[in-house]
Amino acid sequence: MRDSKKTAAPAPVQWIKHKGLSNTGVLLLITISLFVLLYVISLILFADSNFAKYSVFFNLINSKAHLLMLALGVTVVLITGSIDISVGGVTGLVSMVIAVMLMEYGVNAIWAIPMSLGIGLAFGIVQGFLVAYLEIQPFIVTLSGMFFARGMISVINAKSVPISDPSFMSWSSAKVFIPFLYNVRRNGTHDIAYLTPAAIAAIVILIVLIIALKKTKFGRSLYAVGGNPQSALFMGINIKRTKFMAHVLCSVLAGIGGLLFTLFAPSGNPGNGYGYEIDAISSSVIGGVMLNGGVGLPIGTLFGVLINSLIERVVPLLGIVDASWPRIISSAFLFVFIVLQSVFASASTKGGFKLLLPQWMKFKRKHTAET
Amino acid sequence: MNTTKHKQNSPYLMMNDIGKSFPGVRALDHVDFRLRSGDIHALMGENGAGKSTLVKVLTGVFSMDEGSVILDGDPVSIRSPQDAQKHRISTVYQEVNLCPNITVAENLFLGREPRSMGLIDWKQMNIKAAELLHELNIAAAPTAQLDSYSIAIQQMIAIARAVNTECRILILDEPTSSLDADEVEKLFSLMHQLKTTGVGIIFITHFIEQVYEVCDRITVLRNGKLVGEYEVENLPRLQLVTKMMGKEIENLSELDVDRDESRFAGEVPIIEARGLSSGASKVAPFDLKMYASEVVGFAGLLGSGRSELVRTIYGADKATQGQLSIKGKSVKIKNPLDAMKKGMAYLPEDRKDDGIFEDLSVRENIIIALQAKHGMFKRMTRKEMEAYADEYIKLLSIKTPNIETPIKTLSGGNQQKVILARWLLTNPEFMILDEPTRGIDVGTKTEIQKLILKLAGEGKSVAFISSEIDEMLRTCSRMVVMRDRQKVGELTQNQLNQNTIMRTIAGGEGNDA
Amino acid sequence: MRNTEIKPVKIDSEPFFKRLLSHRLTFSLVVLLVVVVQNIITTPDFFKISMTNGLISGYIPNILDEASELVIVTLGMTLVIAVSGGVDLSVGAIMAIAASFCGLLLNGAEYRTDVFHNPYILALFVGLLGGGLCGVFNGFLVSRLKIQPMIATLILFTAGRSIAKQITHGQTIYIMNPVYKWLGVQIPGVPIRTTILISIAIIILVTLVTKLTSLGLYIQSVGINGSASRLVGLNSRAIKFMAFVICGVLAGAAGLVGSSSVGSVNSGELGLSIEMDAILAVALGGNDLFGGKFSIAGAVIGAYTIQAITTTLYAMNVRADQLNVFKAVIIIVIIVASSDVFKEKIKRFTRHLFSKNMSLGGLSDERQ
Repeated sequence: MRDSKKTAAPAPVQWIKHKGLSNTGVLLLITISLFVLLYVISLILFADSNFAKYSVFFNLINSKAHLLMLALGVTVVLITGSIDISVGGVTGLVSMVIAVMLMEYGVNAIWAIPMSLGIGLAFGIVQGFLVAYLEIQPFIVTLSGMFFARGMISVINAKSVPISDPSFMSWSSAKVFIPFLYNVRRNGTHDIAYLTPAAIAAIVILIVLIIALKKTKFGRSLYAVGGNPQSALFMGINIKRTKFMAHVLCSVLAGIGGLLFTLFAPSGNPGNGYGYEIDAISSSVIGGVMLNGGVGLPIGTLFGVLINSLIERVVPLLGIVDASWPRIISSAFLFVFIVLQSVFASASTKGGFKLLLPQWMKFKRKHTAET
Repeated sequence: MNTTKHKQNSPYLMMNDIGKSFPGVRALDHVDFRLRSGDIHALMGENGAGKSTLVKVLTGVFSMDEGSVILDGDPVSIRSPQDAQKHRISTVYQEVNLCPNITVAENLFLGREPRSMGLIDWKQMNIKAAELLHELNIAAAPTAQLDSYSIAIQQMIAIARAVNTECRILILDEPTSSLDADEVEKLFSLMHQLKTTGVGIIFITHFIEQVYEVCDRITVLRNGKLVGEYEVENLPRLQLVTKMMGKEIENLSELDVDRDESRFAGEVPIIEARGLSSGASKVAPFDLKMYASEVVGFAGLLGSGRSELVRTIYGADKATQGQLSIKGKSVKIKNPLDAMKKGMAYLPEDRKDDGIFEDLSVRENIIIALQAKHGMFKRMTRKEMEAYADEYIKLLSIKTPNIETPIKTLSGGNQQKVILARWLLTNPEFMILDEPTRGIDVGTKTEIQKLILKLAGEGKSVAFISSEIDEMLRTCSRMVVMRDRQKVGELTQNQLNQNTIMRTIAGGEGNDA
Repeated sequence: MRNTEIKPVKIDSEPFFKRLLSHRLTFSLVVLLVVVVQNIITTPDFFKISMTNGLISGYIPNILDEASELVIVTLGMTLVIAVSGGVDLSVGAIMAIAASFCGLLLNGAEYRTDVFHNPYILALFVGLLGGGLCGVFNGFLVSRLKIQPMIATLILFTAGRSIAKQITHGQTIYIMNPVYKWLGVQIPGVPIRTTILISIAIIILVTLVTKLTSLGLYIQSVGINGSASRLVGLNSRAIKFMAFVICGVLAGAAGLVGSSSVGSVNSGELGLSIEMDAILAVALGGNDLFGGKFSIAGAVIGAYTIQAITTTLYAMNVRADQLNVFKAVIIIVIIVASSDVFKEKIKRFTRHLFSKNMSLGGLSDERQ
């Protein structure tokens, strides 16, 4: 798995192909393999429980479209070497706001979209400013953000507000069927695989993000800032602006995630989104995003989310009713991947084993030496 | 580049009468610097010489207070690193300023990626990268991640990036510090190649041999002032060293220093190192003997490896090869506590980063080493600590309102005395003092020098590193000389004078001039 | 011998007022004072103390009682922050885990019983041990694998409560034996609530440990300057490890106290969000969140202050979850005010205000 070093002397204008995968590639491979492995095992274990259906696979995405948004947002921020743990709170806040607006103020359902974007934007701007321009620890900033969001949910309404707005409900239950992917049920009806509009939106955003991160200046500057901010600065990148935009993007995605979540579970509950930030982070990390920044691909995050979704789907089938087990298992994977990443990082660079630390975790004042 | 303006005879870059001050210090004073196209020009100087400040002025990190910069005949004003880039001045720092997590090609073109339809064209980028690398003979694959390559290659890639921006001036700041001999050669051939295209290279280094190998001219700075600009073939090593260290032979009133070598005959050395080293990039394996009741000086230019050598003995950098014996018995020092328990003490070079606990009181800073030796459960009583602190405040004349004052409010000299007190309290047999008088007022300096002699008189063995040769000459009976991370000699008795020391530091041919 | 040419370093004894202002405890005492004053104004019976059911009660005793879990956890958090500049997010989860172990031993497999299946003392001990083990886990990750504290403790933060639930077979368990409540409520015959007594005892214990051994000094040294610590012979790794273990044990103790005050072990609720309060308390107590010097007294004051604020807000009918909004704002204000960038901007701003002939256009020289 080590990169091969330079090989023979180059012939004119023929670049040396380097063999082997980069760290990113290897981590991605591990993630995808893990997903495939788990899926195959599930297929085998639950062969008789109607698991081997197309709809089951697509429902993995349908049920976690919102998580994909949150995880992608967190991925963007992690790549820059920062972090955002307010995404779960934002999700809950958005869903409560939508519920209250729709049900108590009779607002037209279409407003749900600008509302969720607006809330996300607000959080992103404030947090981004504090992190990028005031240089405050992102963890504390977004931790406060999370608490603020959760608190605001209760301030708005302490009880559950189920949504029954007809337009909203029609979006919520909409399904886009994929005609050729179906299985036949025992009673003869067809179980056709489908995607919800939410899932489609999530996938579209995923594709946009993949392109943006690979092919736009902004996308590449995320990686540069995460890899070595000092160098990025010298290479002409505006670090503060990049970090700021990363947080804005993340919170906006969290806002969208809140909207998608509400479509999935149309009700404003005070506990909505609780703990989702953890799921978002672990999906990202399992998807190959390194906590110390600079490394990660949105496609990996997709698989991280799929793994998360699969675990949640499968654990009840194992007879474990307790809702806490999926989280334990995900946390275990998270832990393994954290250690794995560091092993990788130290293996490919010269010098001994050491766990790479993200910039946002370095609290220590640096005494700068003067020459 | 506008070739019609390019005057063949005058330098491409002229920095005239540059002045720069910071609060309390005059970093640059009437400094001139010239760089010709196609020259490799070394910029040298000891601590506080002003090299890095000069470069930072040139690259727009600092603004100059006085003076002017003329590029290719036109006066320019460089107010930011972006400005410097626009004027085709590129810098490659010691800590390669590239991003390790992206590909070689991307590093080369970051910020200037080839595009198609508004999006980055990776294919083009990779092809252009391959061309560039090939042109400069750098064996690296454009699609590989940067940190899969050694520092040496990364540095060359950084240079390639600079070249790609069609720079006219390339500044290399200590590029060879982490390279081995082969890698240095590769770097030099790349530099030669750039020379031929007319790029002017400013080469900042403290490796004397390398300067003589690859440079055309040398500019020496000292204490913020220009000492001179010389052509390499006209400047023998000894003169270079003399100019850098700036010491004219002084009449030293020598204090009573016993230089008789034979007094150690038959004695078991307190410390004996054989082939000791802590890794390739630190110091070359060395032998060293230290006896009781002597002060041994360590001379050499900045960066010659003196601190690294003593740190290896102390266990601050763990030794990876060789042997160490203490009083005849072979030992393995795993960490500083081991060393302390065996009777060693180490006063570090960087007082601020490695020495003081700035928020802790004077008392706590004094007793901490001894307390560490005792262990966590054998805490000294408050009374004991106060007694010790008072004792040493008196002994070393430390000026502090009381022992509970935070050490950060004390002056540098007094802080240093506190750290000395810390180590004296542990009653060591072997003391390492790394630049104990740096940044300290004259009066305290003398106090410390006298103290060093007193310690030797009491039977201790003292290793004394200083960048001021005369203060070592005043106190040492023996001098270890280092150059380019290697111990190159030991001087005793009548070899102990400025001339011989400088000559040994300089090494090489053409010393007699 | 002194060189008489050199002026003695002038460290004048600063005016009393200035020293008072900059003393680390001043900030926290002021905040506490504000809260107390506010309470006095709005609550007529603030100072009233009465005897109810053989127990001293009133507003103040209530605050002291309710703060006990927080105080204990804050002590541990103080040490962790001091030694590493990072925080332990898992303290709430550790509380749940410790209580679960204890409850498991006491109740056996039953979810509701009034018989102790094992000796009380043993169960308490096992609970503390559980907390300690969590501390060992965290300490190992931080000191050996050098993972930063926030991330290392994130693992237990996310998984801990679920693990705790599993220990009690997935349920909330109820310990009906009145002896269990001795710890959390009252030992019969003793008029002061046990929680208050325990808090004080633990405060004294931690103070003794940090002051009678050199652990306190070591923690500060490592927190202030890691490389200097190493060079003077300290084992930074071991010291960091110890801090996390102590924090784990203390969190365990808080868990035992918390669960016995309600007579049950509810892993989902016990110590929920206490880490946030503990961090706030440490900061409010004048301790530097970057690590280094710490003050037990400050942290304790900070903890009681937070509790006082909480109680006050409750009295104003603010709900628990809404409380978090205030806390979030307070934390941001504190952090922003102490951030270097902010201080720089304020300095420049005030300088600008007070200087008439300022030559503008000068570039900042020290910018990097």
